[in-house]
Amino acid sequence: MLTKKFDPLKKKIFQVLDHEGNITDEKLVPKIDDETLLKMYKTMLLGRIADTKALQYQRQGRMLTYAPIKGQEAAHTAPIAALDKKDWMVPAFREMAGMLYKGADLEKLYLYWYGNEEGNHFDEELRILPISVPIASQINHGAGVAYAAKYKGDKEVAVAFVGDGGSSHGEFHEGLNFAATTQSPLIVIIQNNQWAISTPREAQSKAQNLASKGIGYGVPSILVDGNDPLAMFAAVKEARERAINGNGPTLIEALTYRLGPHTTSDDPTIYRDDDDLKYWEKRDPIIRFKKYLIDKELLTEEEDEKLQKEYKDFSNKTFKKVEKSGLVPLEDVFNYTYAELPKDLKEQLALHKKLAESEAK
Amino acid sequence: MAVQTVLSAINQTLFEQMKKDDSVVVFGEDVGFEGGVFRATKGLQQEFGKDRSFDSPLAESAIIGSAIGMAVNGLKPVVEIQFSGFMFPGYNQIVAHAARYRNRTRGLYNVPMVIRMPYGGGIRALEHHSESLETLFAHIPGLKVVIPSTPYDAKGLLTSAIQDPDPVIFMEPKRIYRAFKQELPDKEFKVPIGKAKTLKKGEDITVVAWGALVRETEKAIKGLEDEGIDVELIDLRTIQPYDKEAIANSVKKTGRLLVVHEAVKSFGPGAEIISMINEKAFLYLEAPPTRLTGPDITVPLPKGEHHFIISPERIRAKIKEVMAF
Ligand SMILES: Cc1ncc(C[n+]2csc(CCOP(=O)(O)OP(=O)(O)O)c2C)c(N)n1
Repeated sequence: MLTKKFDPLKKKIFQVLDHEGNITDEKLVPKIDDETLLKMYKTMLLGRIADTKALQYQRQGRMLTYAPIKGQEAAHTAPIAALDKKDWMVPAFREMAGMLYKGADLEKLYLYWYGNEEGNHFDEELRILPISVPIASQINHGAGVAYAAKYKGDKEVAVAFVGDGGSSHGEFHEGLNFAATTQSPLIVIIQNNQWAISTPREAQSKAQNLASKGIGYGVPSILVDGNDPLAMFAAVKEARERAINGNGPTLIEALTYRLGPHTTSDDPTIYRDDDDLKYWEKRDPIIRFKKYLIDKELLTEEEDEKLQKEYKDFSNKTFKKVEKSGLVPLEDVFNYTYAELPKDLKEQLALHKKLAESEAK
Repeated sequence: MAVQTVLSAINQTLFEQMKKDDSVVVFGEDVGFEGGVFRATKGLQQEFGKDRSFDSPLAESAIIGSAIGMAVNGLKPVVEIQFSGFMFPGYNQIVAHAARYRNRTRGLYNVPMVIRMPYGGGIRALEHHSESLETLFAHIPGLKVVIPSTPYDAKGLLTSAIQDPDPVIFMEPKRIYRAFKQELPDKEFKVPIGKAKTLKKGEDITVVAWGALVRETEKAIKGLEDEGIDVELIDLRTIQPYDKEAIANSVKKTGRLLVVHEAVKSFGPGAEIISMINEKAFLYLEAPPTRLTGPDITVPLPKGEHHFIISPERIRAKIKEVMAF
């Protein structure tokens, strides 16, 4: 069991690909078919490019506040790749590439950050919960989704994401403990990108690593190199097995790094060291994964360049479409308050309609 | 005297009060090193050290709950909740404890603390960044709820709040954090909690507002006098305990009342103020007291937020409607 072999209390960190993209130990390489490997890489790359573009649009005043994922693509894409289609994804707010892998359209994801609720409305069969802005509260939802799956006898799991900052929150602990005591099939992934806005990981917790927090709750836990897609995949696969076999939740800490700002409203140069950034740029998950795939002859530099161009065009085209969506109609901001609009709200809607009409004149 | 914004006035006040009183401590998410995401606490850690100004772990319940303990044991915590929409994990501590310690211990322990938080819409923000939740605090006995609308009041009210023996919720209209400038004395001064301010005297209708909507109402009433409508504008400043006399006396003079607030309509502060007027000034009324508020919906994301926002045009139209009754 990986969680035994890589005991976070013994400061072990699970890695399959080293920082350069070479295999550390053949025995650790998870079985992943070529198609999945390529899909993982392509989705991470699309995520990276769509992310870079989103930042650009924001700087051009075309996109609203946006939370970049740069550097964390492996930490949240590989876990989703290790799931079955019917498994649930419970995101925080920095998992765009994982959402793409699960089947969300880039158009929706852009629409969300463009300021339209419709961007959180996914096809039901995708089993993606909406982005959760209140930190860590979604861990309890994950516990509940997982409990329901177990209750109904459905062989499916929930994977919930949270940040290093979020792991200090009451709800992180409450959700993990709930899932543990009910032995619900929940996998909690802490994307430890080492910053909660300007607050560094050291100021967040005295725990030697965040994975070890699970052990107090009786939850198998593991610290994984979050920039290593193969290790993240393997850890989640094992956790999934445990979960669907009735053995409860797993906590995975994905050690990664936020290469960009917290959001577009943030200025990381105030609090972040340049050397740190350089150190982590060398450990970029996309560069590592690409090297692995090229060595495996699944990808060539030329193909990669072609993909990059394709994704740039795709991002641009998608965003232009989103920009054309314009403002949200009045009915839309009223209609989802209740299943059926109460009489009083119907009157408020009518009043607002009249106001808007008279102002348009 | 120096020109200040609401934000810089808050920063100056924190410096002043920390200098004056060793027991004042300031903490919260990103509050220490960075000085808060809006920089309201900028420079405090550098000046006063990490014991007095620090980054807390990301946990509102811990921020507010531990502040209660500190207050009980002789400190004066002034904590920041990054956005008012994120106070909910700490709301339990506010409601179940901060508001009740004095009563529970028959006055033995009290909780002299300030909980600061930016609030309100109009800044094209993400979910949970735009709500006006003053009702949720004002409804709880034991809490004081303050909302400044100028740099002067921000300083004067925050000074009062820090020196107040009870827990004070200090809500900051972030839409006007930097938008409004005023010359302020560099020395300490106080604005009393619980006192409204009449910003403009008038004879025909009383308009009560607070926070960013004071600024919008000022825009709305410009030129109305030329149209024969003389508005009396009251900035409420304290939501609880609020200045009933100021409003009632004004309505007794004008005979008309409009309350303008960003908070959603039902069970909001407008409802409270109007029923107070029915109790205190009913016989003086020439039109039904009324309110202009956000609709009873979840505040929309930016592409729909314009449907929620209360514009000067809407305020003006509403004033005319009341006048035409
Ligand atoms: C309950 C709550 N408190 C505060 C915030 C404001 N906030 C948004 S993101 C963030 C930092 C989150 O850090 P972390 O959990 O490490 O995730 P990261 O942003 O680094 O991915 C904070 C404090 C929030 N969204 N929710």
